[in-house]
Amino acid sequence: MSSLAQKKGVGAIIWDYLTTVDHKKIAILYLISGGIFFLIGGLEAMLIRIQLMKAGNDFLSAGLYNEMITMHGTTMIFLAAMPILLGFMNAVMPLQIGARDVAFPFLNSLGFWLFFFGGIFLNLSWFMGGAPDAGWTNYASLALASESHGIDFYALGLTISGFGTLIGGINFLVTIINMRAPGMTYMRMPLFTWTTFVASALILLAFPPLTVGLFFMIFDRMFGANFFVVEMGGNTIIWEHLFWIFGHPEVYILILPAFGIFSEIFAIFSRKRLFGYTALVFATILIGFYGFMVWAHHMFTVGLGPTANAVFALATMIIAVPTGIKIFNWLLTIWGGSIKFTVPMVYAVAFIPSFVAGGVTGVMQAIAPLDYQLHDSYFIVAHFHYVIVGGVVLAILAGVHLYWPKMFGTMLSEKLGMVTFWFFFIGFHLTFFIQHFLGLLGMPRRVYTFGADQGWDLFNAISSAGALLMAIGVIVLLVNVVITTVKNVRVGNDPWEDGRTLEWAIPSPPPFYNFAQTPLVRGLDTYWIEKMEGNKKGMVYAEPLGDIHMPNGSIIPFIMSFGMFVASFGALYFQDDSKPWTLAVLIIGLAILFGSMLVRSLKDDLGFHITKEELMEDLKKGGNTDGSK
Amino acid sequence: MAHDTTEKIRSHAEHDFLKRKRSAEMRHQLTSFAIMIFLTLIAFTMVAAGFSTYLIVPIILLLAGVQVVLQLYHFMHLSNKGHGMVAFFMFSGIFVAFITVLALVTIVWW
Repeated sequence: MSSLAQKKGVGAIIWDYLTTVDHKKIAILYLISGGIFFLIGGLEAMLIRIQLMKAGNDFLSAGLYNEMITMHGTTMIFLAAMPILLGFMNAVMPLQIGARDVAFPFLNSLGFWLFFFGGIFLNLSWFMGGAPDAGWTNYASLALASESHGIDFYALGLTISGFGTLIGGINFLVTIINMRAPGMTYMRMPLFTWTTFVASALILLAFPPLTVGLFFMIFDRMFGANFFVVEMGGNTIIWEHLFWIFGHPEVYILILPAFGIFSEIFAIFSRKRLFGYTALVFATILIGFYGFMVWAHHMFTVGLGPTANAVFALATMIIAVPTGIKIFNWLLTIWGGSIKFTVPMVYAVAFIPSFVAGGVTGVMQAIAPLDYQLHDSYFIVAHFHYVIVGGVVLAILAGVHLYWPKMFGTMLSEKLGMVTFWFFFIGFHLTFFIQHFLGLLGMPRRVYTFGADQGWDLFNAISSAGALLMAIGVIVLLVNVVITTVKNVRVGNDPWEDGRTLEWAIPSPPPFYNFAQTPLVRGLDTYWIEKMEGNKKGMVYAEPLGDIHMPNGSIIPFIMSFGMFVASFGALYFQDDSKPWTLAVLIIGLAILFGSMLVRSLKDDLGFHITKEELMEDLKKGGNTDGSK
Repeated sequence: MAHDTTEKIRSHAEHDFLKRKRSAEMRHQLTSFAIMIFLTLIAFTMVAAGFSTYLIVPIILLLAGVQVVLQLYHFMHLSNKGHGMVAFFMFSGIFVAFITVLALVTIVWW
């Protein structure tokens, strides 16, 4: 097991990525597969906008349109936004706390492959008899009435990828609690680490309700249970509750890491310490708690009664307070800073007004009586796209530019980055700002077409034009990635020149053991402190150079996930009388799953050691970067 | 490192201190064990005596809560050093679950 970088063939590289347990490579896997799902979800969005471009359009049929909106929402939330953010967490968080890897490298890989196979399974529905068509919220009465296997794909696919996410969340929690470098107290953790921590706690607490809901759904659809069947004594509203008990924390799982990325960007490019670090941390924790107490605001019109509506309306409005604290802290971080308008910073600055607009419409909807007017109209569509695109997607794009050099060792073009930004930003506001007014004019969401006499033509046409601009922006980003990768101009440790946290103190991309010696943390913004004191090495060491214990790679996570993937097909077609092979497939899949678990349990895998001599050899060459190249 | 196994020679005072601490801990465990037995007895007696279910159920739930706390603190060493984060997560989880179940039950079945 040599630590030396060597030229490898394509097959060896693929094998390397299939078996890797290195958090940086898993991050790249998350980024690539999340990125591909992002493109698929974006394609679906474009088709939706083409359909709604003009009145009475027949580009998509009504049924296909339903599948399209369902898959757009599901893909974007579960398979694009969350995995890409998990990718950034994987890439950056262990570096920020001075750790050599996450606490459970094997589980990290398992989490990724479960997500990956769950996502593939869900998207295979397009080719295997129809995608899910009950909306991404999959409300039970509608879902149980759906005739194709789409809903089964949804329930099983999300169960598998949900396992993956849950495993990832627990892994990050343990990592942050146990593996911080000496001196890295909780209140010295960079804000991205903090938001990773809170988002992981939310994953831990929010995913079980979803799993329970999905299990009920699977039992109802596949085994004839009646959890949600009203005429058999079930309760269809329970699904809505379970879904939103998960669903509301879920949007904070998305937005908190986005806040974290922006907090890093504001501090780096204002060249100032974050204003109100403590307040930002406590606001993050507070948002995490409030996230669990507001779910019923998605259900005001269900008829919960005035008391429940009033309680949840108030709770919802309270969330605006910690979020407002954050906004003001960011503004005051920029205030008086020595600002550099790089691409990430431009995204961050554009994020503030966009996200505030989404937040304000959110508070409007928290007013239960007003929500009776707004519910299920395009106003809602406009609102959640403002918070998710204006918050999460801008953060993802900013994060891609910010962390690209740390993940791949090359710098994305600033010029093309600006082009992407302007196309995307203008396109985004063009698409969604006008949808507020469409909603106020009475256009309901989730309708596949509208009449020419309803007065919605022009606004819909403008909205579709905006979507085109966003697509151009994303294409420019892809071109940027290709050009940067082909040029392959390597960068140093701190390519932005103003890095403040530990990840900027080590090579880009970092050697696979991250830190030859564990760093000693002397305060917030560790690397900045060392830079200001003229420490050329960028860090103080907490230990002498010595052997490093590293985990071995393993193909078992891939095989386990594949086993679940196979078993899901058996479960999916279990009810069909025309398919007698389902039970066999189910058993084979589970056998693969439990067999590989057994192998993992019985076979000792003690990892390997990088010797002190190898480390010294590496350091002489400026750090082994064993990265993507 | 976590697997630091350096031998330490304790002074006489330290030794005495540890001894006293351990016997105190033992006393705590015995006391809480006795309390737990007593609480269980109450629960059984109540059912045997045939009180109204509306009285029995809440009291048993309350006793169960007390038992859990005693168990966690005296037998599972939650009060020991380094368990702050564990306790924080447990209580956050219990809090969130409690609020959720309470709200769900009141909204759906009230």
